[in-house]
Amino acid sequence: MQSLVLQSFTTSSCIGLGVAQTLDSLSSSRSGLKRCNFETVDIDTYIGEIAGVDAAQLPAELSRFDCRNNRLAELALRQDGFLDAVSQSRARWGARRIGVFIGTSTSGILETEVAYRHRDPLTGALPVAFDYGATQNSFSIADYVRRRLKLEGPAMVVSCACASSAKVFGSARRMIEAGLIDAAVVGGVDSLCLTTLYGFHSLQLSSPAPCRPFDVARDGISIGEAAAFVLLEPPSDATAGDDVLVLGVGESSDAHHMSAPHPEGHGARRAMQSALAAAKLEPSSIDYINLHGTGTPSNDRSESLAVASVFGPTTPSSSTKGATGHTLGAAGALEAVICALALQNDFMPGGVNTLRLDPTLTTHYLTENRRTQVSRVLSNSFGFGGTNCSLVFGLAG
Amino acid sequence: MRLAAYVSGVGLLGPGLPDWETASDILRGGRDYTPANTVLHTPAILPAAERRRTGRAVKLALAVALEATTRAGVAPADLASVFSSSGGDGQNCHDLCEALARADREVSPTKFANSVHNAASGYWGIATAAMRESNALCAYDASFCAGLLEALSQVAVDTESILLVTYDTEYPEPLRSKRPIPDAFGAAMVLTPQRIATSLARIEATIEDLPADTMQDPQLEALRSSTPAARCLPLLRRIAMQEPGTIALEYLDDSSLVVSVAPCV
Repeated sequence: MQSLVLQSFTTSSCIGLGVAQTLDSLSSSRSGLKRCNFETVDIDTYIGEIAGVDAAQLPAELSRFDCRNNRLAELALRQDGFLDAVSQSRARWGARRIGVFIGTSTSGILETEVAYRHRDPLTGALPVAFDYGATQNSFSIADYVRRRLKLEGPAMVVSCACASSAKVFGSARRMIEAGLIDAAVVGGVDSLCLTTLYGFHSLQLSSPAPCRPFDVARDGISIGEAAAFVLLEPPSDATAGDDVLVLGVGESSDAHHMSAPHPEGHGARRAMQSALAAAKLEPSSIDYINLHGTGTPSNDRSESLAVASVFGPTTPSSSTKGATGHTLGAAGALEAVICALALQNDFMPGGVNTLRLDPTLTTHYLTENRRTQVSRVLSNSFGFGGTNCSLVFGLAG
Repeated sequence: MRLAAYVSGVGLLGPGLPDWETASDILRGGRDYTPANTVLHTPAILPAAERRRTGRAVKLALAVALEATTRAGVAPADLASVFSSSGGDGQNCHDLCEALARADREVSPTKFANSVHNAASGYWGIATAAMRESNALCAYDASFCAGLLEALSQVAVDTESILLVTYDTEYPEPLRSKRPIPDAFGAAMVLTPQRIATSLARIEATIEDLPADTMQDPQLEALRSSTPAARCLPLLRRIAMQEPGTIALEYLDDSSLVVSVAPCV
């Protein structure tokens, strides 16, 4: 595939608003997870909540989009000069020539969950003020972002569970290569809600402790929330050596089970191999793998087998979900930004919370940060429904 | 690069529209359209354990996907796929929200797993062993065109054959009042980069500032305008008529996806 440059990027999660705070937290191996006290939720688990989401204000003309998920998007869009970068891109290419492709799993469903508690006692009707299209519908987040950024190109939400915001890179590169658009804003936004907190709890997939990916005693995920945005453009003469490129996108399906990965990671292996093929790279040229690494016993085992089958046992890897929690539909974009930070700062983030590595997992898992040159990285995102996406990033120079 | 492909197999299921053969006859004016409740069947292609877990949206999407691939004569496992829906499974969403509004908040694990927007894609993979890339999209009322754009760009850039499935189901009250989709409607088409024996038409799309075409028949127009997935009807009508022409499909804001259709005769 034709590589694309990450012209601007930003992320906000429980380890920081913007890339400087995120990098600082990763550098000091700080986790943002805390005991769950979200809304009225009564579950013994840990969450990655972003402080200040509820206080974020949407521009008045977009007030109908007001919900926690779009507030999180607004908060994140204001970081790292992202709004200015998109303005420049809009001036260069034109609003019609920039697409908006955002991943989310639950969009603004929290609004509906709360509205169902406030139904009319006589008629059962939802509150008059509840706006389905601007909040609950999956497209709400992409619609909000395109209006906020004054972009008029093709727009959609990719909602493939926890691979959503990795897969948006694939849609963007196809539409840019097809000549339908010149640039794209891609990203992921998922905010805390009752559906995912109670849903993963019902499947016994959430841990009562902060999640410990690849630990021998790992027992589930910690749900987090995040927003991450990337402005993708074709490389140009202005592209510098320390700019980050997306070199390969690989997608596949497990065709196995709705809520459990293929036990040997066949789909995951296929996604990694196809991302490497798209990037025209051998496994040995990857310096670091940002694992999906959710911290459930079966996910980490399956991913470890898949990684070992492609890379062997030596490529350094880690999951950053011990720090951020599993941010579901935002995880792909969040971890893409973490990969960009690793490339630009010569740094591999060690997985936090993991104390005793599972000896049956053969992956070379880093539990401490490593300062070393990093030129090419791969990031994995897998989701319910057996959807898999791997991304390859590298420095331009 | 041209956003073009051959439509090589169609599946359709909706209110009073039991399959593509009947629907294409109605669309070309060969018989009258009589709306009736959409009849969904349990997908026999799924293993028994999975079959029990499926809701209306998955039954609908799998039925039209299977009809389209069968008519195209293409093995499902060889196809990448794009599933596009505005709301996915309305009943499942309602059931979860009701459970979360109750004091005990006991959520069905199956309903939670089925709540992902890519549920139909996941079950399709399980049913057909399709391990190629599969996407699940939403663009509210523009969901069909978003899916068509995604599929056409994949055909054009990667010269792959794609299964495009668009589907929507109704919400029960109280969400129905907020999003009044009347009944389940789905359509699927196999898009191939080259003409094959089963190809019905070559289509080519551009985005333009034009108003969307409507259906002449008032009942078919009611279906088109009330159900995001049924925004595909003007295109399917043109394919059914086997006449060349250009139609405008409702996309974002005031724009349309303008599709030229050339029958393979």
